[in-house]
Formats: sequence, C-alpha cells, structure tokens
Amino acid sequence: MERKNLVEMVNIHKWFSGVCALRGVDFSVGYGEVVGLVGDNGAGKSTLIKILSGVYPPDEGKIYFEGKECHFSSPREARMLGIETIYQEAAMVPKMSVMRNIFMGRELARFRVGPLAYLDIPRMEEESMKALEKVDLRLRSPHAPVDELSGGQRQGVAIARAMYFKSKLVILDEPTNNLSVKESERVLEFIRELKKQGISSIFISHNLYHVYPVADRIVVLSHGEKIGDFRKEETSVEEITKLMVLP
Amino acid sequence: MRYTLLLTLRRALLLREISSLIMLLVVILVFFALSPLFLSRENVGIVLEIIPELGIVALGVTMLMIAGEFDLSVGSLFAFCPIMISLFVSEGISPIFSIVLALFLSLLLGGLNGFVTLYFGIPSFITTLGTMLIWRGAVLLISGGWPPPFSPSLPTTFLVGKIGLFRASIFWFAGITVLLWFILERTDFGNWMFATGGNQVAARAMGIDTGRVKLVNFMLCSLLAGFAGVIQSFRLETTLPSMGGGLEMEAIAATVIGGTALSGGVGTVIGTVIGSFLIRIIDNGLVMARAPSYWFRVFIGIATILAVILNTFVRERARKMRC
Repeated sequence: MERKNLVEMVNIHKWFSGVCALRGVDFSVGYGEVVGLVGDNGAGKSTLIKILSGVYPPDEGKIYFEGKECHFSSPREARMLGIETIYQEAAMVPKMSVMRNIFMGRELARFRVGPLAYLDIPRMEEESMKALEKVDLRLRSPHAPVDELSGGQRQGVAIARAMYFKSKLVILDEPTNNLSVKESERVLEFIRELKKQGISSIFISHNLYHVYPVADRIVVLSHGEKIGDFRKEETSVEEITKLMVLP
Repeated sequence: MRYTLLLTLRRALLLREISSLIMLLVVILVFFALSPLFLSRENVGIVLEIIPELGIVALGVTMLMIAGEFDLSVGSLFAFCPIMISLFVSEGISPIFSIVLALFLSLLLGGLNGFVTLYFGIPSFITTLGTMLIWRGAVLLISGGWPPPFSPSLPTTFLVGKIGLFRASIFWFAGITVLLWFILERTDFGNWMFATGGNQVAARAMGIDTGRVKLVNFMLCSLLAGFAGVIQSFRLETTLPSMGGGLEMEAIAATVIGGTALSGGVGTVIGTVIGSFLIRIIDNGLVMARAPSYWFRVFIGIATILAVILNTFVRERARKMRC
C-alpha cells in the first residue's frame, strides 16, 4: 500500500498497568505539515508522542515513517531517522553554552585519539551561529550559557539544532508553556520557519489559541481516543473548544 | 578604550576561578608579611612537594563532581593502594608489577563505587561513605594497625625523585592537570561530562550514555586517589594506615573553592589546582607564622565558605555590569 505521509500511526493502543492510555488512535503527519495536537490533561497526547519518539513501544498498532514500518527501541533510534523531540525541561543543559548545547552528543571533531574526539571548536562556533541565524535568532556569542537566554530563545536554540541536524519531523511538547505573549509569538515564528524549510512538525499544547494560527491540521484527543481531525479551513477555534471540553 | 577595558574586566570576573585566585594571592601576601621566610627557596620547595598529593586527589574528585557524583572514599583508597603494594611486594611479586597491580585494583574499586551507585540507583554520597569505611577498615585489618615494612626495592625515583628544587611528583601533577583540562574542555567526552552533570535527562535524550560517563569518572577518581597515595607513601618511605585521613574533605574543599558546583555540571580543572594550592599554603603558612596548627581546619573552613560566597557574589555583579 502506498503511503504518502511522512508519519502514519495506525490503530495505536497502549495500556499502563491495566489502564488504557490510548485506544485505537490513527495519527498522521504529512510532508512539511504542521499538525497541532490538542486535548485536555490526561487525554493521551504525551503517550502518543512518546511512542512516536521511541520512549516506549505501542502495545498494538503500527508506525510508518517515510513509508517504512518502524519499531523504535530507544529515542536515539528515532532521532537517527530524523525525529527530533523537544521537551520543555529536557532539551537543554542550562549551565552549558549555546554552542555546546547545539552539538551535545553530536560534536564536530577535528580528529580522534582512541576513544576521544578532539573538538573542532572554531567550526562549531561558526555553524552554531549560522544555525541560529536561520531561525532569525541573533545572539552575541555562541558561548553564552543557555540559562542567560529567555524561554522563547531557548526554544529557538532547540529548533535551530533540529534544523541543523536535518530533522524531518520536529515534535514540540508544550513549547509555549510559561512564556509571555511576546515570547510565545516568537516560538510560533520558529515553527513557521520550520515549515518554510519543508520540515514537518507536531505542536502539542492545551492552549488552542497558540496552536490554531500555525497549524495546518488539528487533531483532538480525549480519554485516549481521537475525537477530531480537521484541516484548519474546515473548523474554528469555537468548534474545537467545544469538542475539548466535552465530558 | 574604556569599553574594551570594562569588557575585559567583566570577562575576568565571570571566570569560575577568579575568587579562588584572588584569595590565593591575598593569602600569599599575608603569610609573606607575617614571615618573610615563607617565600624562601626552601619553603617553596616544601610546599611544592606536598601539593601534588592533595591536588591529584582533588582533580579526580572534581572530574567526578562535574559529572554529577561524589566520592568520599578517596582518602581511604589513598591509604589502601600503597598498603596493597607493600603486601604484594612482601608476597614476592616484583615491585613494578606490584605498583601496576595496586593501581589497577584502585581502578576496579572505583568501578565498584560506580556500579553500586548506578545499578542500584542510590546516591553516590551513600555508596562512597560506605566504601570509605570499608577500605579504611581493610587497611587496618591488613596492617594490624602498624605500618608494614617499606621495601627498599621499590623504585621511588620516577614519582618522588628530586630535580633541583622540585620533586618528580609536581611534574606528574602538572601533566595530569593538562591532560584532564584537555579532556574536559576540548573533547567530546568532556562535553558529555558537563551535559551529564548539568541535566542528565537532556543528555540522555540527546543519546549520551550518561551511565558510562559517570562510571569512567568514578574509575578515574579512584585511580588518581590511589596514585596520589603511592606518591605520598614513596615520599615518606612508609605506608601508614592512617594516611589520607580527612583527605576526602580537603579534596572536596579544594574542588569547591576552585568554583566547581556541588550539584554538578559546572567546574574547572584550573580552579581545583588553585584550591589545592590555597589549602596547602594555608597549612604551611600557619606553621611558618608559628600559629598553633589547630588553626588549619578553622581557616580551611572559612576559606571554603568564603570562596563560594565570593563566587556567587562576584558573578552576580559581573553579569549585571553593562558594557
């Protein structure tokens, strides 16, 4: 069967010690598409995303990425295929510099001595500044520690990192939580930039007003089931809100 | 002109090592004022021969602390490793092979610290508090409380041989410092160490094997503690069962004075070198100033707290500097 979407998750089930977290969810993301994933707390959003990013396997159902069936046994495997997940707290090391954060775990080396790789710092400086400019983030120096950046700028660094390493799908878990209005606006800008580069993204939030302006399609989960899947033109904020608050 | 001057000042003040460096200079000046003999050739030589033993232990503690873990067992291992050498030699094993074997054993015991901590998921503070008592107990059991005879066949020159004013140990210390600085600041493994200690969840999410990073540092820390113990034992040409008592606290003090964060993810090798110098210089300077040696612990305590306060305060100020 021909699959024309980047991601196809079919009939996904997941139980946690007898409690059903997901029951038969179908979920897809097209090439270059921004999908908003919304739902109240406990609706199953993060479970679905953790399955897609390799944190745990589904109990039932199949995952296709670029048309091929996948079984991820770790987040690392998913990342190697080009699925980059940006969790709020888990994305950055606050005390480390922007440059060191961008290349964390994927350092550029000039040469190797036994088990050690000698870092190519000039190139990492240059490449990180270039990557940041692509998301229109201008920092004074790549050596600024991440904890000196604002919440929005940190999301920008994480997105720049995803772009630099040629991710095909970027999953953003509540990227606008705890951000000011202006900062949230910046994050939405970053997501539009991803789309411009042809990178698909999943934007998870319980704030519909953040998701709506950037999403091409909106998927609503409730109690582990998909209760809505709309192209943005076919729906309105009011309609989705009504769905979300349904008991 | 003024602008670049301010910028340079700000960058200097933001250095992790700055408050320890300032304290070191002040302490040297004060001791020199109290006793001009403090900077005499002989006394500088004495200070330089006692520094490496603390410094090498503290470097290992620093590396491990940056990766987010503790080691309290270093002082006990400091005594355990040379005792094992004496034991091996008395069993008829060749001196060189005895040294290699004892160092390898230190490495393995560090691996044990790491394994117990990581496999059972308990705080390294607890694991190494336990092994601190166990190794010390083992040392006393093996020696029966008396120093075993120091074999004259042991080759001590390569560790503590005299070269003019210096002993070989200071060059080992310098070499290890450069090597660890390089690993920490210039290699991918160093980056993984900062990431592991700074935010383990993020490091893991980016595919870093944080368990391996920690295990390697546990082993490195123990190896260096054992090695430093061998240096002291060779310098004194004896293996006292009480060697290294309280050394774990001095090593942690030197590390923290040098700007390494107890919580991990932040720290420098150079800061720890400065911290080690500071502690040993206070030790020696108090003697030269004819102060009762009991003051030593008081001053180290004050220096530790002061350094951390100064560090926090100076950095806050420097960050707010507008230039």
